[in-house]
Amino acid sequence: MSEARRREEIAPGDDLHPGDPVVIDRYTTDARVNHWLTAASLVLLALSGLALFHPSLYFLTALFGGGQLTRAIHPWLGVFLFVGYVGLFFRFWKVNLWTPTDGSWLAKLHEFLTGHEENMPEVGRYNFAQKTVFWFMGLFILVMIGTGLVIWDQYFGSWSTVEQKRIAVLIHSMCAIVMICIVIVHVYGALWARGTMTAMLKGRVTGGWAWRHHRKWLRELAADKADRGSTTPAE
Amino acid sequence: MFPPLPNPSTRPGPPRFGEQDLIRRSASEVTPPAVRQTAVAKLIDTSKCIGCKACQSACLEWNDLRDEVGVNTGVYENPHDLTPASLTLMRFSEWENPETLNLEWLIRKDGCMHCEDPGCLKACPAPGAIVQYSNGIVDFVHENCIGCGYCIKGCPFNIPRISKTDHTAYKCTLCSDRVAVGQGPACAKACPTQAIVFGTKDEMKQHAAGRIADLKSRGYDQAGLYDPPGVGGTHVMYVLHHADKPEIYSGLAKDPKISPLVDIWKGVSRWAGFAAVGAVAAISVVHSVVAGRSRVSRADEENAEQLVDRELAGRSVGPPRGSPGDGDGSREHAP
Ligand code: HEM
Ligand code: SF4
Repeated sequence: MSEARRREEIAPGDDLHPGDPVVIDRYTTDARVNHWLTAASLVLLALSGLALFHPSLYFLTALFGGGQLTRAIHPWLGVFLFVGYVGLFFRFWKVNLWTPTDGSWLAKLHEFLTGHEENMPEVGRYNFAQKTVFWFMGLFILVMIGTGLVIWDQYFGSWSTVEQKRIAVLIHSMCAIVMICIVIVHVYGALWARGTMTAMLKGRVTGGWAWRHHRKWLRELAADKADRGSTTPAE
Repeated sequence: MFPPLPNPSTRPGPPRFGEQDLIRRSASEVTPPAVRQTAVAKLIDTSKCIGCKACQSACLEWNDLRDEVGVNTGVYENPHDLTPASLTLMRFSEWENPETLNLEWLIRKDGCMHCEDPGCLKACPAPGAIVQYSNGIVDFVHENCIGCGYCIKGCPFNIPRISKTDHTAYKCTLCSDRVAVGQGPACAKACPTQAIVFGTKDEMKQHAAGRIADLKSRGYDQAGLYDPPGVGGTHVMYVLHHADKPEIYSGLAKDPKISPLVDIWKGVSRWAGFAAVGAVAAISVVHSVVAGRSRVSRADEENAEQLVDRELAGRSVGPPRGSPGDGDGSREHAP
């Protein structure tokens, strides 16, 4: 049992390299490409959507080659984002499942926010906040594609009534705002915790980073390494 | 009978209204002109309409539009709905009057109502794609239109249609190009019974009052003018023999107004949205100033190295300093 328990936080491709410092592979090249394509489409979606959200932002249509093109490209970017997120979802849903630690972590949220991470319970590959971003992002992308298809006039104009479209566009714009807020928090978190960006840029983090932020994951990786012998990669 | 507009001179002259007469422009602020033009209006008298569709033909003709050849499904409407080419459409309904038990054939010329408070313009995100002139005409400016379909959501009468060819929105222009040179709309010109007349809004109301008095004298007690106040009145008005029941005329809205959903979407949601994004951004900045950045220390790296070394050396040593052990029970459930 302990064998299986120990590996719950490990995602395919994770590996630990002993040394000074300890180096850990956190994201494979595939995962990083998947992440950055999804991120790029999300940023472009936010910019092209905001261009139509308020007249003061209409100038953003210039980035996409004018109003007509902005209107035409935006929903296709949405489809791209959806496919990209489905990829990320199947990569990482398992390590984002709720665990009892998340409850005790949340209870000490103030310690986390004030920078006393040493007083927090040990967390696995993702902490509660990261998991929240993961699930809510997925949920909102579903809402966005659902409402987006309803207001995609070019192809689906005849699929719904005008009243349904009014409801859809209102939900779409409000959920877009929430998503943009989630993205801000997500990006801020990545910048705030030094050493996190290299995870998504180069795929690697140091042992110290893992010790500080994801100690349970580090323990599992080390134990896994020990079980497999220090030369064979995990999974 | 309302005297038809005389044919104006064919000598070229300046247009009677233009850019300088805009009172509203979509997604933009305009300074309204100091003097407003006299409000114009088209009056459609349903009691005089014989359903000949001359107006529909004249509209296609003047605007140089050709609709697709459709299919006959056994009803008089042709085409079956407004389209990007058919900017006006005769709608036919058969209604049994419960008081007289007469079958009444109600024919209504559908098309843009040229609202005083136009929902299409309110919803439009593209600067200058929809404009309203001080004479009341609401017009779509195709070079500024992006084809998003928001005007459809804004309109309380379900009028605008997006062309699959040029991806811009179309609707009746009230023949703004003809009115600008002193002509009446093409449909009014073509109507053989003068069921469609055009003039200033005051003239049209006066003319309607005469028609309504006439209808009432013939037993249509509820005859009246359709100039719905919910959208500030319209510059296309109807004389209805049953003004108390506009919905029997193929679903003419009883009390049309811009949907509250559109009001929220174009009003409070924008400010709430900007406020939310601003608040989250501000909180992030404040947090970074107050809490500083979270840095990985040399001690963290050493702790990690020790942990890894211990594991690789056979996991014989106890937990490292200041932290709960490996099996801390924080994840009890089976995998
Ligand atoms: C996931 C699939 C998505 C689809 C299919 C989609 C589709 C659409 C469509 C059809 C429109 C109307 C304008 C147009 O035709 O281009 C629109 C507007 C908009 N979209 Fe999306 N979209 C999606 C995702 C997103 C995302 C992820 C965001 C932002 C984070 C976003 C933000 C917006 C905004 C702000 C508007 C303008 C709403 C307004 O005018 O108030 N969309 N979207
Ligand atoms: S009827 Fe519809 S399209 Fe015409 S002015 Fe009113 S809101 Fe605009």
